[in-house]
Amino acid sequence: MSDDTLISVNGVSKKFCRSLKKSLWYGVKDIAGEVIGRNSGYDSLRPEEFWAVDDVSFELRRGECLGLIGRNGAGKTTLLKMLNGLIKPDKGRIEMRGRVGALIALGAGFNPILTGRENIYVNASVLGLSKKQIDKKIEEIIDFAEIRDFIDAPVQSYSSGMQVRLGFAVAAVLIQPDVLLLDEVLAVGDMGFKIKCLNSVRELMADAAVVFVSHSMQFVSQFCNRIAVMEKGLLKCDTLSISEGIDGYLSQFPTETAVAGTGGAVIENIQLHTKNKSWDSEDEAIVHQGEELNVTCDIKILDLECKNTRFFIHIMDQGFEPIIAFETSKSSTLSFAISTDLYRAKIELGKIDLNAGKYSLVISVENADSRIKIARIQGCGKFRVLSELMHWGSVVRQAEISFEQA
Amino acid sequence: MMTVKDSSSGYHISVYTPASAIRHPIKLLREMLRDLFASRELAWRLFVRDFSARYRQSFLGYLWAFLPPVVGTFTFVLLNRSGILNVGTLPLPYPAYVMIGTLLWQVFADAINSPIKAVTAAKTMLAKINFPREAILISGMLEVLFNFIIRLVLLVVIFIYYGIVPPMTAPLALIGVFAIFCLGFMIGILLTPIGLLYTDIGQALSMVLSFWMLFTPVVYTPPTTGILAQLTLINPVSPLIVTTREWLAIGAATNLFPALVVFLVTIVLLFAGWLLYRLAMPIIVERMGG
Repeated sequence: MSDDTLISVNGVSKKFCRSLKKSLWYGVKDIAGEVIGRNSGYDSLRPEEFWAVDDVSFELRRGECLGLIGRNGAGKTTLLKMLNGLIKPDKGRIEMRGRVGALIALGAGFNPILTGRENIYVNASVLGLSKKQIDKKIEEIIDFAEIRDFIDAPVQSYSSGMQVRLGFAVAAVLIQPDVLLLDEVLAVGDMGFKIKCLNSVRELMADAAVVFVSHSMQFVSQFCNRIAVMEKGLLKCDTLSISEGIDGYLSQFPTETAVAGTGGAVIENIQLHTKNKSWDSEDEAIVHQGEELNVTCDIKILDLECKNTRFFIHIMDQGFEPIIAFETSKSSTLSFAISTDLYRAKIELGKIDLNAGKYSLVISVENADSRIKIARIQGCGKFRVLSELMHWGSVVRQAEISFEQA
Repeated sequence: MMTVKDSSSGYHISVYTPASAIRHPIKLLREMLRDLFASRELAWRLFVRDFSARYRQSFLGYLWAFLPPVVGTFTFVLLNRSGILNVGTLPLPYPAYVMIGTLLWQVFADAINSPIKAVTAAKTMLAKINFPREAILISGMLEVLFNFIIRLVLLVVIFIYYGIVPPMTAPLALIGVFAIFCLGFMIGILLTPIGLLYTDIGQALSMVLSFWMLFTPVVYTPPTTGILAQLTLINPVSPLIVTTREWLAIGAATNLFPALVVFLVTIVLLFAGWLLYRLAMPIIVERMGG
């Protein structure tokens, strides 16, 4: 372990138990094992157990900020708890150098009956500070939290946002760690306070090794210079490329395809094409931000009543929120006499200037006369947009800025 | 788990492995003492927090600290007056005897309940923040002792009312109270790890305590024959309460040797309880979530 390495995690695993009854009983057994000084026997799974963290290894140096991402239950928080020394690993070894600071449970230990001021002292003591140190910093904390008017009111009269602000202020003003653990701390408060938090976290980060757990890819791509993706306890990818890391995370989310409509038409063989590559309907396309994207698909009209049809296409994000609609009315009407012929449609979607993320298409066909949807397929034409940074917007455009002296 | 200071780089290095800390007893002992020392300020702060919050949302406030022993004493005095309860011959006025007994028993009962109660209340903090775990225990201890000190006021009132002059041995009673406290706390801390996993322990505790009080000479003199005498004999609280009461208000201690034995065993087991608490804590945190 080199001198700058502050966190060293080596083959670390942790078991969890699905059943509460068994979990409690295993707890009793484990305590007994501790008391008799058992050294092994931790490494096999008992009934109902699973690896919440499975053979994870990494090292982190000063100045590195590791974005730890993954779906809920992937083991991020469990790993963080082990790094923080709250629970023991079942396998492997963790070595932490220097002062460890954690912004995890903001305001833990707050008593709702006590005033904000009293709670600052309690909270700061829990973080390991002496009264003298707190006395020196209390004004700074109150200012940071922006709650001077309420500081002598009981915390139970605070809004939840104010409580979090106070909790964050205590931690941010007082700790100066070598290793900083952050778990979803920036997900709260109004935008103004968030910016303030971001700035102070950035200051803390400058001279520390940081593990940053978040579901906000924007924050992760802004703060982190390294990304680790966890999936079902395993460290799936540990990379210096932010786009690769975020993409690794996004690719974990399956997009369900759903077909609706009267069944009067069939849409199939949906293919995506960029300049250099094509993808079949089963595959997920990779599109670099700014690349052009085309779609082709086969349409067969089965409904013999239907003489004129109209064709629609949208881009949806991961949560099936429509992001881009395309104006197709000028070219989308297809008229025919009697037909069960196969038509091949080609749609040019143009430049994909979407933010990095995972997207899919909705393609639908409507009877142009009755306006009844005869086919609608959602979650098809899946593609992921790659970019080095997660931007703060759905659409990312280039803007030229010029300055002149006023 | 262990922490060492690396002299070459000046960093504190914490190493976490699955191995039980008990395999390195000297290191463990050093860490326990270090954490005990490190937790004093936090323990005090937590105690002040709980104490100042306790009666803030209450109209009668600190009166609640006095009411239970007063009502308890009053009940037994009433039972005695009406002849339902036969307490035997007493060296003290009965109300004073009961009041002293009740206060001492309360120390024992509070001390038994203290660790589980304190750790349960601090569950979220324990699950999320790394701080010396001893602080929770000590703040609970402070609370029990402080409650006793408040209730001493009642004792002063009773002594003055009945004109009891404290004997020379009265200061020794502080040692007696300490021993009673340690005995309760020792039992409590030994039960804590299991009690945190299974709420049965907490449930059973309150039941057992009310039964236990009946075969402890709290409100009557210990009988010399019969099944109650047998129970009193094996009851570790009895010699401590009897001795403390004698030191406080009568003078000569009649039960000193058993009291001493109980105290010494208590101290040894108290240390074992502390050790168990430390070893069990990461497992408890893991199992109780929060």
